[in-house]
Parts: sequence; C-alpha cells; structure tokens
Amino acid sequence: MNAFKDAGHLFRLAAVFIVGCLLFLGMRQFLVPKSFGQYGHYRGAAIGEIASRPVNFAGHQACEGCHADVLEKKKVGRHVQVNCEACHGPLAKHADDPSVQPVKLDTAVLCVRCHEANAAKPKAFPQVASADHSTGLPCDTCHQPHSPAIIAGGTK
Amino acid sequence: MNVTRRHLLLLLPAAAVAWKHVLAGTPEASSNYSLSEHWWGMLIDLPKCIGCGNCVRACQAENDVPDGYFRTWVERYHVSDYDIENPRVDSPDGGKKGFAPAREEGGKNFFVPKLCNHCAESPCTQVCPVGATFVSPDGVVLVDQKYCLGCRYCVQACPYGCRFIHPQKNVVEKCTLCYHRITKGLTTACCESCPTGARQLVDLKNPNDPIHDFLKTHSIQVLKPSMATHAKVFYNGLDGSVR
Amino acid sequence: MVRCDKELVTVMPGVEGFMYPNEVELQWSVLIVLYPFLTGLVAGAFILASLERVFRVQAVKPTYRLALLTALSFLLIAPLPLQLHLGHPERSYEMYLTPHRTSAMAMFGFIYLWYLMAVLVLEIWLDYRRDIVVLSQSTTGWKRWIYRLMTLGSSNISQHALEIDDRAGWLVTLIGIPSAFLLHGYVGFIFGSIKANPWWSTPLMPVVFIFSAMVSGIATVMLLYMLMMWSRGDTIDMRCVDTVARYLFYIFIIDFSLEMLDLIHRIYEADESFRSLDFMVHTKLYMSHIVVQILIGTVTPIALLALTQVLKLGETARKRVYAMAGCLTLIGIFAMRWNVVIGGQLFSKSFLGYTTYKMSLVTREGLIVAIVLTVVPFVILWLQVKLLPPWPERNSASLPAATPVH
Repeated sequence: MNAFKDAGHLFRLAAVFIVGCLLFLGMRQFLVPKSFGQYGHYRGAAIGEIASRPVNFAGHQACEGCHADVLEKKKVGRHVQVNCEACHGPLAKHADDPSVQPVKLDTAVLCVRCHEANAAKPKAFPQVASADHSTGLPCDTCHQPHSPAIIAGGTK
Repeated sequence: MNVTRRHLLLLLPAAAVAWKHVLAGTPEASSNYSLSEHWWGMLIDLPKCIGCGNCVRACQAENDVPDGYFRTWVERYHVSDYDIENPRVDSPDGGKKGFAPAREEGGKNFFVPKLCNHCAESPCTQVCPVGATFVSPDGVVLVDQKYCLGCRYCVQACPYGCRFIHPQKNVVEKCTLCYHRITKGLTTACCESCPTGARQLVDLKNPNDPIHDFLKTHSIQVLKPSMATHAKVFYNGLDGSVR
Repeated sequence: MVRCDKELVTVMPGVEGFMYPNEVELQWSVLIVLYPFLTGLVAGAFILASLERVFRVQAVKPTYRLALLTALSFLLIAPLPLQLHLGHPERSYEMYLTPHRTSAMAMFGFIYLWYLMAVLVLEIWLDYRRDIVVLSQSTTGWKRWIYRLMTLGSSNISQHALEIDDRAGWLVTLIGIPSAFLLHGYVGFIFGSIKANPWWSTPLMPVVFIFSAMVSGIATVMLLYMLMMWSRGDTIDMRCVDTVARYLFYIFIIDFSLEMLDLIHRIYEADESFRSLDFMVHTKLYMSHIVVQILIGTVTPIALLALTQVLKLGETARKRVYAMAGCLTLIGIFAMRWNVVIGGQLFSKSFLGYTTYKMSLVTREGLIVAIVLTVVPFVILWLQVKLLPPWPERNSASLPAATPVH
C-alpha cells in the first residue's frame, strides 16, 4: 500500500493522460468528415464534387446536332478529324443557349498556330512559312477552313 | 402479401448499397456512371504532335488554370546526331502560344506533350499525410481541394513535375483528366481540341476501346519506367532522349 | 542552315537550361530548412542528457537539466515553421484525425506529441518535481499558482516517492533515446524516401540526419552551458565541458564519415543524376556546400576539437577552442539542412536545368520569420530557467539543496 501512496502523483498523471485520450477520441467522431474512407483513405464525397464542375467545351457531338451542313463539308476535306472547338474555342455556353454568339475567328492568326513551318513538326504535316506563302493575306482569302484544299479555280 | 424471408434477402443487398450512399451523402458522378466500370488513361501518339499548343490553351480554358502554372504542357526537343544524352529542350510558357518558327536545325526535332500520368502506383498519393490526394476507383489521380493542407509533399514526390500550388487557393492542383467531363461521356478538353488526334483518352476497362489494338501493334513506352509508378499515359514513338 | 542556341532555347527568368514548367518555383522554403535544424537540436540535446541518466557518464551531470530545458524550448517552437509554411494551417489538425499510414509526414503529429508529453515534459517533471513542490509552498504571488498547477495536487516528496520518480525517470529516458532517434529520423526518412528526387533518395538520409542532429544538439548545450556559467559569474566545470567536447568530436567524426560515404558512393556509381548534381554542387551550391558546410562547418571544427585531444592546452585556450568549434558546428549543420532542402529543389528532375531560390524578406516564409523563430526558443529557455532553475542559485535561500536527486 505504501508504494501506491508514494506513487500517487503518477496515478494523477495517468488520469490526466486518459482524460486527454478520451477527449481526443470523442472529438474525432465529430470532426472526421462523414464520407471519409468510403472508397479509400480519402473523402468519398470529393469524387462527386470534382465530377460536378461545369463544362466549358461542349464536345463536337453537341455542335453536329445543329450544324450538320458544316459537318458534311468537313467530312470530305483534310480537316475531317479536327473538332469544331479546336478552332472555335470553348462553346458550351453557346451550345446551351444558341443566342450566345461565339467569338469571330481571325484566320490571319488562327491557322498559323498549326501550319507555320517548324522543324519539330512531322515532315508530312502540311506547313508553310506564312511570310512567303501568303504575304500577309488572311488564310481564308484562298482556303475554306472547313474544307481547306484548294481545287483548281478556287474554292469560293 | 406477407413479407417473407425471401423478400428480405432480395432487398438486403440493394438496401446495403443504398444505405452506403445515404451515409456518404454523395451522388455518383452522373446517374449512369459507375466507378468500377472504368480504368482511365491517355494515349499520346508522338509522331502526330505538331506543337500547336491547342491542348495547353484548352486545358486552361476548361479548368481555370492560373497563368504561369500548367496542368499540361508541351516540350520541344532538339536532339543532335549521336548525342541522345544531351537533348536541348524548351517549353516557352508551357507551349501555350505554340513555338517560335524555326527551320532546318539538323538532328532530330519533335514535340512531347506532358501531363499527369495518373499512375496506378502513384508516389504522390503515397506521401500525402492526410488523404487529400488519391487514386479514384476508376483510375484517376485527384486532389480533394477542400481537404488539402498545402504541405507540398506530393509536389516533391511526383517524378514528372505535374503538380503545382494554386497561387490563390493555396492547395495543390494538377490535371484531373477532366474528370468532370469523362464521367459525363465527354472526352478531355485537351483531346477534344487536339487537331491531329495526337492525344486520345483511353478507358482500359472498355473492351471496345481502340487502345487495346493499339497497344498490341505499336511500340509503347511510359515516362521514367524505372520509377515503377505504373503510369497510365502511354506514349507511342517516345524517343530515348526524352526526360 | 543552323540557328544559334539562343533562338532555339527560350529562357525562363532565373532558370538555366530546361526545367519542367511547374518546377521553376521552389516548394519548400527556408522554414523547411529551419524545421529539421530545430528538431535536430532537440534530439541532440536529449541524447546528451541521456548520456548522464542512462549511460552514467557522471562528468556531464552539470549539463543535464540545461539539456532538457533546451530540448523543450526548441521543441515548443518546432511546429511553428511547419504551420507557417502550410497553405492551409487551419487544416493541420487533419493529420491527427486521418493520418495516412503510408506517409512519413503523417507521423509528425503523433511522434511530436509523444516526444513532447510522454518523454520530455514527463522527464522534466519527474526530475524537477521535488523543486516544484518546494517552490509551490515557498513562492508568493502569481508564480505560486503555476507551481501548484505543476504539482498536479500532490505534495508527496518523501524519500520513497523520490526514488519512484528516479526509477520512472530512468525508464522514460531509456524510452526517450529511440524516441529522439524517431523524432529526427522520420524527418530524414521524409526526404530519403522520395524516389523522384535523387539528391534526397538514399537510405543513409535518416542516419545522417540523426548523427548531425546529435552533433548540433551537443554543440548547442555545450555553448549554452559555457555562456550561462560565464554570465552568472560561476566557474565552468572543465571536466564536464571536456567530456562533452570529446563526445562531440567522436560523433562528429561518425557524421562526417557518413556524409563522405554518401558522396563517394555517388561519385563512384555516377548514375543518371550524377552529372546534373555534380554540376550543381560545383556552381549553385559551391558556397553553401563546399565552403560553408564542409570546410568551415565540418573540417575546421573537427580539426579544432582534434587539437584539444592531441595537445595539452590550458583551460582558457580550451574554452576558446570549444566556443569556436561549437559555433562553427552549428553553422555547418544549418548549412547541411540548407543544402539538403534547398539543394534538392534547385535542379530539374529532367536533369537538364537549374533554378534559383529567391528568399523573400518579410513574407510568411521569409528570412525575418526564420530569424525570429530561431531567436524565440532562447527567450523561452530564459523564461524556463527563471521558472525551473537548472543549478542552485548562488545566494538563494528559497531552494535548499535544489540539485538533481540522482
């Protein structure tokens, strides 16, 4: 009994420690997010949150619903695999509400992004030195962007 | 009609699944998207990349990427003859405005688009101290920006340099493989805007995905295979000089 | 037609060669250099204290209590550089709620709490308990309440109770030694386990961190002891300081050997990263690595300490040499942390380029904050010494025989 009496301070310390642990475990119940651990060591709700961001690019299927005529023209040209928004930019707002006007494109700056000659581009890819090729004229002077090949006599 | 034991047995599994969702309080990504039916990755067909920078611009437009930081970027390599150990590489503003025109330089020149590799054994999710970044059940490495502390350990652990700290939000950000698009049946913004089809979203669990044939008929590499991250961005025609 | 280099390679400001675009800005700043330095001091000071308590090296007894108080002052400040560095410090409690078992960093919260409460505070309490009880009865004013709180309501200082304290304290110190290794070793592991970074990734990293921690901790306590004795007008126990300096010398040799082993290994194997790292050490890190860390901060103090072992120097000469060696050691160990943390972020993971660390002055992670965080522990130590004196006051009547019991 003597030993316990003289170790009283240690028992008090142990009591403080146990109370601390219980407090921690209690608070943990409230503070850990409910969906944590649902799929793994993370908040399961995060998946739904990330997936519900708004979309800015409509995707070419959305365009083709209304612009079937452009699709027909594209199908026979070299730009068949180029999606609409690759040139026209993000148009989800326009797809949701067609009264929202898309930005008018300037072929003088748009086309050179892909077609300006560069040694690192694949050799077979159609590319020109624009200064020599078009001498400052916008590309759609001679080329129709949706079907760009020039047929003898011009495309327009 | 009496509710028999058989009825209960039939209802129980459905109830268990539903209850799990009730408890979690979270809807699935879209009503007909099932996490277990997909295993996402990407295919980069390097001989097709023309370095136009459409992907970098589209990613910024789709995901509000801050200027000076990149969820995806394009590098240009110049490899002089006989020296694949010392390529000259540049990526002006990540390739966002394309690359300055240059003509014949000798050697070998090509573009390499890069993004998060959505590693199946990702070292970045391994080191996150709180579980704010994770590999989703459908194979996309995501960041829970409401939980992230901004300790930047994952940024240090990524061998590919694809993570960064958002300057305003002070949490980690990176390519999400446009998770909000692919769960709705769309493709990623970068793939949508790539004019040559150099970037293509792949779903390895989809038996009809062209990737399965492609993998069998082409020489495919991943970046830094010695890191054993089981990266899921596959490169066709990756040169030995690419870092 | 060949264009010149300048047109082909566009340069980002502060960058030489090529870096992945997201790598240009450094992620971990001077505060993350400071954190291992501070916890290193804690671990090292504790090991010095354990020399006396567990290994019965009687000669270093005068530094025992000082070492414990020093460790506590630095440990209390240690989380601050981490908190200030976080993007969202208000979320740091998440490490206690959902620690990720695969992350060494997640262990921080628990190791820190364990070391603080179950080792350091407990040991200090057990060692000082007799003095606390005496002071709680003899002091007046508001200080009395602090002492009374610290007694936890028990005023039993009978011989038997004190013997129990002694045994318990011995056990705590015994557990404390591996705990101290864990406290600093896990920091080394945080760096050493990152396979993406070849400057950090080595199994030697935790070991090097632990030994350099011991070196810095022992040097700090040695300097503080000499300084405090001098400022009190007391005589410095030369037997104590000689022994401490001897242990510093031995451990420094081990630390230096480990670092040289890492270096030699790298040079010999010369793997993919070697050329890039070698170039970095010879250019960007030349001053901080070769000059400050190795020459000024390691070779010179080792040589000075070796001098005192080989030559028979007088007391004044020895004190001066120890003071010099101690200061240079601390500079060298800080430089080592700098070279690991900052150096590891200066080179590109493509091994094709380098960036620059622009240390800011007045921001949350700037130089001024780093300086303040280094000074504050000494202020805390000064307060602790006032509250819990490590040595008997020269003309004090209130603390009869307030020396360590054991």
